[in-house]
Amino acid sequence: MLTLECPYCGVMADETELTAGGEAHLKRFGPGSSDEDFEAYLFERENPKGVHFERWRHSHGCGKWFHAARNTMTLEVYGTYPAQTSEPPVEIRNKISGIAPGWSWRLFK
Amino acid sequence: MSVRLSTGGRLIDRATEISFSFNGARLKGYAGDTLASALLGSDQMLVGRSFKYHRPRGIVASGAEEPNALVNMGEGARFEPNQRATTTELFAGLSATSQNHWPSLEFDVGALNAKLSRFLPAGFYYKMFIHPRSFWKHVYEPFIRQSAGLGRAPDSEDADSYEHFHLHTDVVVVGGGIAGLLAARAAAVTGAKVLLMEQTAHWGGRAPVDGGLVDGQPVGDYIDALVRELSEMPNVTLRLRCMASGVYDHGYLLGYERVRDHQPGAPGPRHRLWRVRAKQIVTATGAIERPLSFAGNDVPGVMLASAVRDYLVNYAVSAGKRVIVATNNDDGYRTAIALKQAGQEVLRILDARETGGGALMAEARRLGIRIDCGRAIGKVSGGKRVKKVQICAYAGAGGALEEVACDAVAMSGGWSPVVHLWSHCGGKLTWDAEQAYFRPDATRAPTGADGQPYVVPAGSANGVMMLDAICGDAVEAGRAAAKAAGYKLKKAAAIEAEPAPETPIEPVWMMPRDARVQLRMKAWLDYQNDVKVSDVQLAAREGYESVEHTKRYTTLGMATDQGKLSNINGLATLADALGAEIPAVGTTTFRPPYTPISMGAIGGEARGAVFQPLRRTAMHGWHEKNGADWEPVGHWRRPYAFARSGESVHDAVMREVKNTRENVGLLDASTLGKILVKGPDAGKFLDLLYTNMMSSLKPGKCRYGLMCNENGFLVDDGVVARIDDETFLCHTTTGGADRIHAHMEEWLQTEWWDMQVYAANLTEQYAQVAVVGPKARMLLEKLGGMDVSAETFPFMTWQDGTLGGFDVRAYRISFSGELSYEIAVPTAQGLAFWEALVAAGKEFGIMPYGTEALHIMRAEKGFIMIGDETDGTIIPQDLGLNWAISKKKEDFLGKRAQERAHMTDPNRWKLVGLETLDGAVLPDGAYAVAEGVNPNGQRNTQGRVTSTYYSPTLCKGIAMGLVLKGPERMGEVIEFPGTDGTVFKARIVDPVFYDKDGEKQNV
Ligand SMILES: [Zn+2]
Repeated sequence: MLTLECPYCGVMADETELTAGGEAHLKRFGPGSSDEDFEAYLFERENPKGVHFERWRHSHGCGKWFHAARNTMTLEVYGTYPAQTSEPPVEIRNKISGIAPGWSWRLFK
Repeated sequence: MSVRLSTGGRLIDRATEISFSFNGARLKGYAGDTLASALLGSDQMLVGRSFKYHRPRGIVASGAEEPNALVNMGEGARFEPNQRATTTELFAGLSATSQNHWPSLEFDVGALNAKLSRFLPAGFYYKMFIHPRSFWKHVYEPFIRQSAGLGRAPDSEDADSYEHFHLHTDVVVVGGGIAGLLAARAAAVTGAKVLLMEQTAHWGGRAPVDGGLVDGQPVGDYIDALVRELSEMPNVTLRLRCMASGVYDHGYLLGYERVRDHQPGAPGPRHRLWRVRAKQIVTATGAIERPLSFAGNDVPGVMLASAVRDYLVNYAVSAGKRVIVATNNDDGYRTAIALKQAGQEVLRILDARETGGGALMAEARRLGIRIDCGRAIGKVSGGKRVKKVQICAYAGAGGALEEVACDAVAMSGGWSPVVHLWSHCGGKLTWDAEQAYFRPDATRAPTGADGQPYVVPAGSANGVMMLDAICGDAVEAGRAAAKAAGYKLKKAAAIEAEPAPETPIEPVWMMPRDARVQLRMKAWLDYQNDVKVSDVQLAAREGYESVEHTKRYTTLGMATDQGKLSNINGLATLADALGAEIPAVGTTTFRPPYTPISMGAIGGEARGAVFQPLRRTAMHGWHEKNGADWEPVGHWRRPYAFARSGESVHDAVMREVKNTRENVGLLDASTLGKILVKGPDAGKFLDLLYTNMMSSLKPGKCRYGLMCNENGFLVDDGVVARIDDETFLCHTTTGGADRIHAHMEEWLQTEWWDMQVYAANLTEQYAQVAVVGPKARMLLEKLGGMDVSAETFPFMTWQDGTLGGFDVRAYRISFSGELSYEIAVPTAQGLAFWEALVAAGKEFGIMPYGTEALHIMRAEKGFIMIGDETDGTIIPQDLGLNWAISKKKEDFLGKRAQERAHMTDPNRWKLVGLETLDGAVLPDGAYAVAEGVNPNGQRNTQGRVTSTYYSPTLCKGIAMGLVLKGPERMGEVIEFPGTDGTVFKARIVDPVFYDKDGEKQNV
């Protein structure tokens, strides 16, 4: 039962206040995309032991979607940030590098 | 025989006698007894039958680790199965019965299973499934039905209440023994907020039983003073009868407080679930003694040595008058010494170690107890109670050297730290070869949100077993927790405890060391699940190398045991059979709860009316008064039909359909979702959400729309009304309102965040009434106000205005095929408006109708229903809704997916109407069969029924269904077998059964 800070309202939210939304930073493929790209967009997900980026919604709070960077093994939370971005903020990436040097996740390092 | 001694018993009050019953027999105990101590005090050694073989079983332990003494407690509304006698405090009038026997505990037919034991080896459940079906039906199923499960389910509603309690704190200390108390104090003196939980009704744990000196005082007195000190500290909360059942992510801990189990019927909740967020958790959960694996170690009267000592010291109950103690460590001697000092006969101490023990052995010898070193138990015999013991050399196969008559056996196989809570959230263990146990590995602790450890083990739970070392370890643990929680440490005075050195244990995993197979087949590792040494060895021979697989194959350590008694002995047996080291084999996963918690506590207050809040429309009360037969739809209740007195629900539905088609009907449509979408980009956004074009809709107009997800599947439908250039009102299904609003928010916030649009769910702001039928217009004209004529208010438009003095927004839309107005008023006006319609409509024959009439009328018109015609795998094209899919739009959710090969497959089943040849109603969900069979020997299928009703309009059964190439097969007859052998023949027809040209709705 995680606790995550909602970056919009600042609440340290219990997992029961939140809705998990799967992997963060998916790139949408729509009409005109190849079968391979579209299939990957719909179905292929990371399942890492370690650094991971997820989408969460503060559904029983302010209703906003946000992202969480966390470690699935140690349960450490590196940070949360608003969902209106296609990549993790640089300060969070730097923080992860300080704790887990050499990490990589999809395109990000 | 077990017996109550005439003196002693630190926890009982001999002045207060308590009467209770077991299997109907009246028995007596004392205040302070547990049910287990009272049963043993009454010489009730047989307490149950085992799960698989129905072997007679007695009490083995004195605490939460007890595997056998699970009883049914109470009666009627307070009946509960699987209650542990060892953790049940005795109260006046307690009534318990034993489990797993028929017809009686003493004479049990199921015990024949024991004779069949060679047919019930390890992996029985797995092996069974590979046999032919007939075996299953005639052999296995009857056997399993008879013997599966522990206890029986309660059959009436629980009379008690339960509650949840939420708490944020700095430090939770789990376990109120000497280690927990010292850790709590060490943390509390820094100023940290501390919660200390103890699962039993007493502070102190084992220490007062085992004795010793702390700071020059007897440890019992020291503990009393410590508890007094803690109870006066304002930052400390003490809770007895409160078990920490699990440790979860980020310092979340569940506590299970049995507030009133010892006082049934007293006011207040029976159980309280503590939902705690702690910065740090100290696990001072103690250790559990291990049984020894010798033949007959499950005969009633064979008990853990520590339990024998507990019953003696705490309750003045002796497990036997002539006792044999078997041990592989010094601690077992404490039991022999205690028994001897209480005047009981200790026939022999059998110490598996060739050279025996240290100071405690000398003390036992001084008391005149005979000690045989290098000796072991070969076999215990006796059936329902211990009668005799065969003694053999430990280093051997079990050749009997001697046979001794006795009435109890105390066994000590060494101690295992209780590492459950440490392990629940990822804490790792390390094997301590010298002490022969797994203990917490401090370098691999569970970590929290900051990446730092948040669980600190203390005392024997940390693998520290001697009193002097425990005191030091506990203080360190408490200080470490407080520091990690952000408190400053001051210097603390060291606690002096008397050291009592012991001779090392010699691990004994099987007794004797090379026991022959006949003995191994009677040596139990897991009493509760009836797993023997031979079962684990068989699993290893059959190739089960992983401990997790072996656990599931043999059922070792499953259910409520969770490895408390069985774990290490089972692992060691497996390791030996595999020729591997114990740490290489590893442990199984410890899972919460530590011991079972009640379903009532999990539910808390959420039961009955507050289990799930009910959503009520403004007209709910009116419906209730007018015969509504309710149907749950989402969190709402909607009237299924309004039955009149003496009328069946079916007849009511028929009447409602006929009346709506002939006169006028009223439907409470308030539950339909109403989502306002507003902003400069609202049209663009809705074009992406709906399959059809919404941006081209003119203000004042309505359009039916379909929504799909990115997989292309239909998720919702409804009518969209354009209010002005920047504003749309989207109607959704009743169940879809919240889901679709969330769907809009998700896309707006996470993908198209540059769009200037917001979505607001207005569902509860409006009451909405559908006025439906050929006389609908006459009724509204009578109410007066806005012009409702066909010319100024045509089909698929909406208007604001007044009706009968109410401010309304009216939509000319129809889900029934009749002339229809859906009229929204502010929710507060809903009931008044409804009543005004009912009153004014009398002369037109107005009647309310429910959801079933709505369903029938939409099916007569061939309108689809989300959830009937769709099931999450249906695309609009399957339903012949291509007309509602824009070909002009570059993009919308689902467009790309609908181009995938499987979606464009011409062999997808498609929507058609179905009409039985004899007018009968097709069974819902029935499949249409095709020629031939599939590889499983089942008939091939070519379609299925999605909606089916009796149509009172057409006086016959009508249905909709999805059929292979259906639209190309109009007129063809296909067969739908029922579940009772009948076969329905149905003709494929157009799904629109009624008013095909839509003339009636567009008048
Ligand atoms: Zn928030």
